[in-house]
Amino acid sequence: MSRFEAMDGNTATAEGMRQINPDVVAAYPITPQTSTVQTFSQFVADGEVDTEFIRVESEHSAMAACIGASAAGGRVMTATSANGLALMWEMVYIAASNRAPIVMTVVNRALSGPINIHCDHSDSMGTRDAGWIQLFGENPQEAYDNAIQAVRIAEHEDVLLPVMSMYDGFITSHSLERVQIEDGEAVRDFVGPFTAHDSLLDVDNPVTYGPLDFYDFYMEHKRQQVEAMKYAKRVIPEVAADFEKHFGRRYGFFDEYRLDDAELALVVLSSTAGTARSVVDSLRAQGLKVGLLKPRVFRPFPAEELADALRDKTAVGVMDRSDSFGALGGPLFVELSAALKIWGVPAKIVDYVFGLGGRDTTPAQIESVFRDLAEIAETGEIKQLVTYLGVRE
Amino acid sequence: MATALKLKELYKKEDRLTSGHRLCAGCAAPIIVRQILTAIDEPVVLSNATGCLEVSTTIYPYTAWQVPWIHTAFETAASTISGVEAMYRSLVKQGKLEERNFKFVAFGGDGGTYDIGIQALSGMLERGHRALYVCYNNEAYMNTGIQRSGATPLGAWTTTSPVGKVIPGKPRPRKDLTAIAAAHDIPYAAQASPHNWRDLMRKVRKAVAADGPSFLNVLSSCNRGWRHPTDIAIEISRLAAETCYWPLYEVEDGEWKLTYRPKKKLPIEEFLQPQGRFRHLFREENKHVLEELRAQVDRKWRQLLKRCGEEE
Repeated sequence: MSRFEAMDGNTATAEGMRQINPDVVAAYPITPQTSTVQTFSQFVADGEVDTEFIRVESEHSAMAACIGASAAGGRVMTATSANGLALMWEMVYIAASNRAPIVMTVVNRALSGPINIHCDHSDSMGTRDAGWIQLFGENPQEAYDNAIQAVRIAEHEDVLLPVMSMYDGFITSHSLERVQIEDGEAVRDFVGPFTAHDSLLDVDNPVTYGPLDFYDFYMEHKRQQVEAMKYAKRVIPEVAADFEKHFGRRYGFFDEYRLDDAELALVVLSSTAGTARSVVDSLRAQGLKVGLLKPRVFRPFPAEELADALRDKTAVGVMDRSDSFGALGGPLFVELSAALKIWGVPAKIVDYVFGLGGRDTTPAQIESVFRDLAEIAETGEIKQLVTYLGVRE
Repeated sequence: MATALKLKELYKKEDRLTSGHRLCAGCAAPIIVRQILTAIDEPVVLSNATGCLEVSTTIYPYTAWQVPWIHTAFETAASTISGVEAMYRSLVKQGKLEERNFKFVAFGGDGGTYDIGIQALSGMLERGHRALYVCYNNEAYMNTGIQRSGATPLGAWTTTSPVGKVIPGKPRPRKDLTAIAAAHDIPYAAQASPHNWRDLMRKVRKAVAADGPSFLNVLSSCNRGWRHPTDIAIEISRLAAETCYWPLYEVEDGEWKLTYRPKKKLPIEEFLQPQGRFRHLFREENKHVLEELRAQVDRKWRQLLKRCGEEE
C-alpha cells in the first residue's frame, strides 16, 4: 500500500532508489545532493538494497564507473549537482553516445564561479546538448515520481539513453513536503527487470565498447542518437500513462494551470511554478486572464506541443533560471521562441532571467512579469526582450 | 590447472589480441598485452585508456580484441573497470550471473596512468576493486606525438621537452609510480619488462590471483619516440633491466622483492646510447645531465636494494 510521508526531495529520491534497487550506484557527495547519497549509503549499510555502491573519488570517476557498470549489463543510478556535473562533463557525453541507460538525479545548483551552493539551472542547462533526456520536477513528489519513470524511459528498447531527473537545490531538495510513497513491490513491478544488451560480462560473446570512430561512421552514430531522442518523445508519454494507471498521478511533457482561456502565459520550470500558481490565482481574482505552463521535459524539447499550447496567447513571458551569455536570452526562451516562430504562433514573447545563485523570487516579481505582459498585449510593443528580475543594475 | 609457463604450451592458446591491429612495427605494447592475456587462463574483461593501444586496435567497424573490451576516455581506465567489476560482484551476489572467476584488467599508457589518470587509479586501488591495472609505459605521450609525461626520464628529448639552446631536454626526473601504487597497501604491485616474459607472466598470475587490486608497471619501448631501430624493442628492454634503469621487482603484501638482479650492472650508457632521445646527453656541454641521470638511477637502485633487503 502507498503511504503519505513528510519528506524532502533528496529523501524522496533516495527512497525511490531504495525501491528501484539498482545493481550499481557510483556517486560522490556534493551540496545540495549530499543527503541523497548519505541516505542511500545507510540503505546499503543496512542491507536494504542489493546495490554495489562505489564511493568514487570524484564525479568524473562516478560517471566513468556508471558507464562501465552499465556496459556490464545492469541497472545503474547516480546523483550530483553543479560543479560535480561540470567535472563529469566529458563522461556525460560519453554515457549518451554509449547508449547507457543510466539514471542521474541532478539537484540543480548554480555553477561556479563565483562559488555558490544555491539553486539555479545553469548546471543541467549546460548539459542540454549532451544527449541526455532531461526531466524537471517541481517538488519532492515529482522528484520521486520522475526518478521512477526515468528508469523505464531510459531502458526502453527504442530509447536506451541516459536520463537526468532535476529538481531545485534546497528549495526542493531540503524542504519537507507531503509525498505519496508507493508500495515497494508496486514500484519494482512498474520498473520491471533490467534487460541487458551486449553485456561486457557476456564473455562468450565478446563486444568492443567505445572504439575509435572516424569521419566514415561518426556522423551515423550521432544520427542514431537523434533518432533515439525522437523515440523518447513517444515513450515518455507512454511511460507516463502507465505510471498514471499504476499510481494515479498524471504527467506529460508539461503541466498547464488555468492556461486554456488565458491571454497572458507564463512559462517557468521547477519549484517557481508553485509560487507562480498562487500569483495566477490572485490576478485571476482581479479579472486578468493569466495562466501558467510548467515544462517537465526539456530534452527531447516538445517544441510543437508547446507551440500548440500557446497558440492563442497574446503574450508569453518565459522565466529562465539560467543565462546563456551572449545569446538572445536564457535557454528556455531561445528554444521556445524558435518553436513559436516555426509553428506560426503569433504571440509576443519576452524573457526574464531570475533566481541565479538562489536569489529569492517573490510573488510581486512574478506579478510584475504579468503586468509587463498585459502592457505588451495592449500596445503590441516589446520594450525589453530580456529582463533581469530582482537584480541591482 | 593453469597452463604451464612454457612456450610449447603457451603457443597453443588462442590470441586474445589478434593480428591486423595498426600499432607500429616494432612496438612493444602488443607484445606486452599478448604476454599478459596469455598468462591469464580465466575469462577476462578489459578496460583501456585512450592512447596508442586503444586507437590502433579498434578503428570502427573493426576490433582486434577477442575478449570483452571497453574504452571510455583518457583518464578513466581505472574508474571504468571499477564500474565493470562492481557490476560483476553485484550480479553474482544477486544470483543474476554465474560466478566464473572473471579477471578484470585495465590498460593505460604512462600519460593515462602517471598523469591524467592517477586520481582514478588511486581511487580504484584505495577502494579495493579486484582488478589489475597495467601501465604500458613508453615514457611519453606517444599517441599525440611524443610529448613529455610524468614518466619521461631526466634529460630525455620529447617534443615538449626539446633540446634547445638553454634547456637540454626534460629538466625533471620521472616519478616512481610503482612505489606510489605500492604505498596504497594493495596486495600486489610490480615492475616488469617484456624481454623477461616468464618473469612478467608470473607477476600477472600473482596479480590476478590477489584478493584485491593490483598494479603492474611494464616498460614498453616506442621506437618512434625513443628514436631507435624498429627491431630492438626486446633488446632495449633487456638493457633497461641490466643497467638498473628499469629494475624488475614486486611488492607482495608490503614485502619488497627483487625478481631479477643483474650479475654485473651495466653502465647506463648501454641503455642510453642506442636511443636518439638521449643523443644530446653525449655532447660535452650536456655531460652534467648524463651524470645526474646516472646518479639518480644509482640512488634509486640502492634504495630498492635496501627495500628488498639485498646487499649492495
